[in-house]
Amino acid sequence: MKSTAFLSRSEWIGVAIVAALILVVLPLSVDGFRLNLVGKYLTYAFVALGLVMCWGYGGILSLGQGIFFGLGGYCMAMFLKLEASSVENTKIQSTPGIPDFMDWNQITALPWFWEPFRSLPMTIILVIAVPVFFAFIIGFAMFTRRVGGTYFAIITQAIAAILTILIVGQQGYTGGINGITDLRTLNGWDIRTDDAKYILYFVNAGLLLGCVLIAYFVKHSKLGRILVAMREKEDRVRFSGYSVAGFKIFVFCLAAGFSAIGGAMFALQVGFMSPSFVGIVPSIEMVIYTAVGGRLSILGAIYGTLLVNWAKTSFSESFPELWLLGLGGLFIAVVLAFPNGLAGLYQSYVEPRLGKLTGKKSDETNGALPQGSPAE
Amino acid sequence: MFSDYSLAELGSIFVMQGFAGLILFSVFVLMALGLAIIFGQMGVINMAHGEFMILGAYVTYFTSQFFLNYLPSLFGGYFFVAMGLAFLASGALGMFIEWAMIRHLYKRPLDTLLATWGLSLILQQLYRSFFGPREVGVELPEWMMGSIALTDSVEVQINGLFVMGLTTVITIVVALLMYRSRWGKQVRAVVQNRIMAGAVGINTEKVDRYTFALGCGIAGVAGSAFTMIGSTGPTSGQLYIVDTFLVVVFGGAASLLGTIASAFTISQAQSTMEFFLSGSMAKVLTLLGVVGILMLRPQGLFTLKVRR
Amino acid sequence: MSDDNKFGPESQLRRKLLMGMAAIPAAALMPKVAFAQAPATSAINTTGLAVTDTEVTVGILHSVTGTMAISETGSVQAEKLAIEQINAAGGVLGRKIKFIQEDGASDWPTFAEKAKKLLVQDKVAAIMGCWTSASRKAVLPVIEQYNGMLYYPTFYEGLEQSKNVIYTGQEATQQILAGLDWVNKTKGGKSFYLIGSDYIWPRTSMKIARKHIEAHLGGSVAGEEYFPLGHTQFNSVINKIKLKKPDVIYCAVVGGSNVAFYKQLKAAGIDLSKQTLLTISVTEDEIDGIGGENITGAYACMKYFQSLDNPNNKEFVTEFKKMWGEKTVIGDVTQAAYLGPWLWKMTVEKAGSFDVDKIAEASTDIEFTKAPEGYVKIHKNHHLWSKARVGQVQPDGQFKVVYETADLIEPNPFPAGYQ
Repeated sequence: MKSTAFLSRSEWIGVAIVAALILVVLPLSVDGFRLNLVGKYLTYAFVALGLVMCWGYGGILSLGQGIFFGLGGYCMAMFLKLEASSVENTKIQSTPGIPDFMDWNQITALPWFWEPFRSLPMTIILVIAVPVFFAFIIGFAMFTRRVGGTYFAIITQAIAAILTILIVGQQGYTGGINGITDLRTLNGWDIRTDDAKYILYFVNAGLLLGCVLIAYFVKHSKLGRILVAMREKEDRVRFSGYSVAGFKIFVFCLAAGFSAIGGAMFALQVGFMSPSFVGIVPSIEMVIYTAVGGRLSILGAIYGTLLVNWAKTSFSESFPELWLLGLGGLFIAVVLAFPNGLAGLYQSYVEPRLGKLTGKKSDETNGALPQGSPAE
Repeated sequence: MFSDYSLAELGSIFVMQGFAGLILFSVFVLMALGLAIIFGQMGVINMAHGEFMILGAYVTYFTSQFFLNYLPSLFGGYFFVAMGLAFLASGALGMFIEWAMIRHLYKRPLDTLLATWGLSLILQQLYRSFFGPREVGVELPEWMMGSIALTDSVEVQINGLFVMGLTTVITIVVALLMYRSRWGKQVRAVVQNRIMAGAVGINTEKVDRYTFALGCGIAGVAGSAFTMIGSTGPTSGQLYIVDTFLVVVFGGAASLLGTIASAFTISQAQSTMEFFLSGSMAKVLTLLGVVGILMLRPQGLFTLKVRR
Repeated sequence: MSDDNKFGPESQLRRKLLMGMAAIPAAALMPKVAFAQAPATSAINTTGLAVTDTEVTVGILHSVTGTMAISETGSVQAEKLAIEQINAAGGVLGRKIKFIQEDGASDWPTFAEKAKKLLVQDKVAAIMGCWTSASRKAVLPVIEQYNGMLYYPTFYEGLEQSKNVIYTGQEATQQILAGLDWVNKTKGGKSFYLIGSDYIWPRTSMKIARKHIEAHLGGSVAGEEYFPLGHTQFNSVINKIKLKKPDVIYCAVVGGSNVAFYKQLKAAGIDLSKQTLLTISVTEDEIDGIGGENITGAYACMKYFQSLDNPNNKEFVTEFKKMWGEKTVIGDVTQAAYLGPWLWKMTVEKAGSFDVDKIAEASTDIEFTKAPEGYVKIHKNHHLWSKARVGQVQPDGQFKVVYETADLIEPNPFPAGYQ
């Protein structure tokens, strides 16, 4: 238990394979358009990764991760929008220099909370800080009063719904249901060109791998073990003198931070941000990515996200009117038949054989939970 | 804003506004009751609740078509038949779903949430494939439309009265079932301690199945009733789901009384604010109020004290 | 086959050819025979679009799943009908139109993704699609970046103009002003209660309506309210309407809210044959869900009604029902969607090329005399000249046209004085 290396050998191999896949194989094998799509999917993988930490390890199912993805994305989009709304670009408006949707809503001056987004460093700070702060408030209110389980799940869902209505309703300040569209440049660098898309893809992939390493670090630290202990028998951890609420808040904020990075990268790669990411539907879809990958598997989150999105895209291209059936079926199948997702399949079928081949038992299985008793 | 109106006008408006609040209250209770039973008694979150409601609405639509074509003389009474059929259809589907899906997941309540979400996607698509992507218009018998004039200026909607009556009846029936019948005792025993309940001879599987079916059936009746005030289409169920969850969460999950109290609070707040402010703002303020209170009291208004 | 030639203004030569062709039973032979002299692909497609010697590919991009499927289904049907008719009449520059349909899933980012797919991967020559303003706003940057051509069918809020978009619906002033003038003149409407769903189109429309009411009609606005999309409870606002007794309820509520609003209005005892209600968001499609008996007597201001009495429209309605069933109804947007493929075909033939730049250029002054709504013409700002009409809802769910502007109204997406 006292191993100081923060990744075991098999985990190093796993990370290397993922890195090779997203940094080398995919960029070489798919065209620019598909690669941009993969880049978009990988931004969801940030959320899935966060969910592995807080749901798989912490036992906290949040159905509101879209909130943090959305907040991060909005922070980034606000910066990009301000840059796209320079006085020359918007001279047709009655008030030049403010975003177009504000002008349509008769707002004549930039609202105060948009001001910080004039500066890029400030924006980068806020991309993380705003969602994490929000997560902290939610987590603090809920966990110190020992709210958890299904109840926490629905409350986060309700908050997601409320935030959507707020954003849609305050369209003069937020762009309403249209979202913030037509984002063009980042500090003068055109993010819409094919070259820019490639660069952003690699930045995104790099950040994702960075987050994976952070996740492994947390998992192998004492904190990770306390999280697992908490998930299994919360009261015993509490009686041992640990502040359960504190750890839960931490892991919830960590997940929020990951999601926020994903959201910001989404805004950069796709070129707009929409309130539809904040709502219930995407939040639940992101949970399914995690479930498909295996809720206890850090790398599974990435595979799960890619697989589900690939399925969704190809399904809806070939059978546009039927893809919901497939997606719904996937939800049910994963929950009923494969509760540990891809990672579970890997552990029960592939790994033992690999072990035989190499004549060596793998030193640690992801999450170390037996089949059939996933986290509540 | 009131200076231009006479006292009598104001009085009648306040009566009607109070009535509007009561209708909203009934609608919320009707929406949330099925969910509250399933969630409160079984700990299962049924994300497909809205789709069960819409099943009831479609059943109502087809019943109305049947009566129009084959029994036009009895059209005035078709709605009661439709509500009965809606209860049976949604209840039967609920029973099937419990058997096929939910019963495997009792030890993993969070997973029921994902599975029922998948179910809701499938149901939406099935409705779309079988009943068409457009909304259908459910025709009501003449006597259910319009309003009764109590005084010259006070009018109450007949369908509002109908929803209120229906809600009262269903609430009383559910309360009697839960707290006065043998079956209700069994349900509560299973909620409190499943293993002990099984040990004293209660067939917990059967109790679960019927509880789930009852909750779904009530959703079906609610959907049937809402054809009077809302739309019927493949995705109409989504219109209700947020409000429904808020009512249940705000009320405190395990308590029917809490659900009713929270429906009352939210509906009155919303209807009053809608009158004094504009619609969108009223909704936002209501929701913010709900979240604010949930932050201070996350377990909801009423909670059942259970030793864990 | 015999009435193929009734669709679209064909050249005299082609019409004669086609009439001769009507006797030939093997329709498959038709294009080969009739268009043996179709221009070479290299000459009419210099930008690498999906055009072969026999086929040209276009995209259809609407929601067939999600909440918007209710509204967008009609548009998909109309576009498919138009494409089929164009193909039966010989296609475009001798090429059959093949379409690739993508599902926007009522989700704006998906719209953007699919638009990009259609342009980058499928290289479609044009996209017929989008419905909500939000989906158009999401797709617009993609269309402009990859230089595509979008035919957008919905009436919308204006404040937009793009080289790459042809707006076949009305911009806000085309739809709003004439209707308000009419209700002011014939119904003596002075005080108005404005109700809308809470997003950009109703808000912009109401802004224009308010300016017009206050500045040009000498009227007043008794109340102005917006409800979240999908809102289903309108009793409080109905009470407010009863209290304020406006001459006209002016309404832009959309989607499922629409059904709830009119059902509750009727239940509250507001008789629309006595209380004037003018809506800009209810077409035959919506009435299907609301139920004609619940909204009888209301007025809607549109450019097209299914009941329009002209030969083009009779033909169109017959063909539409033949393809999609007797019970389907046709609303304003459905008709506008039907215009898209036809306008594109005529523009391509005028430009003699599928190149987007040439089409954008050639679009100005394209006329379509066979439009179900009558005659339409593309303005140089890429919107359509069209008439405004007011119809009153009948119990069977159809409209009785009670007013029609004498002339075509010039589209003006950036109306001065209404900003």
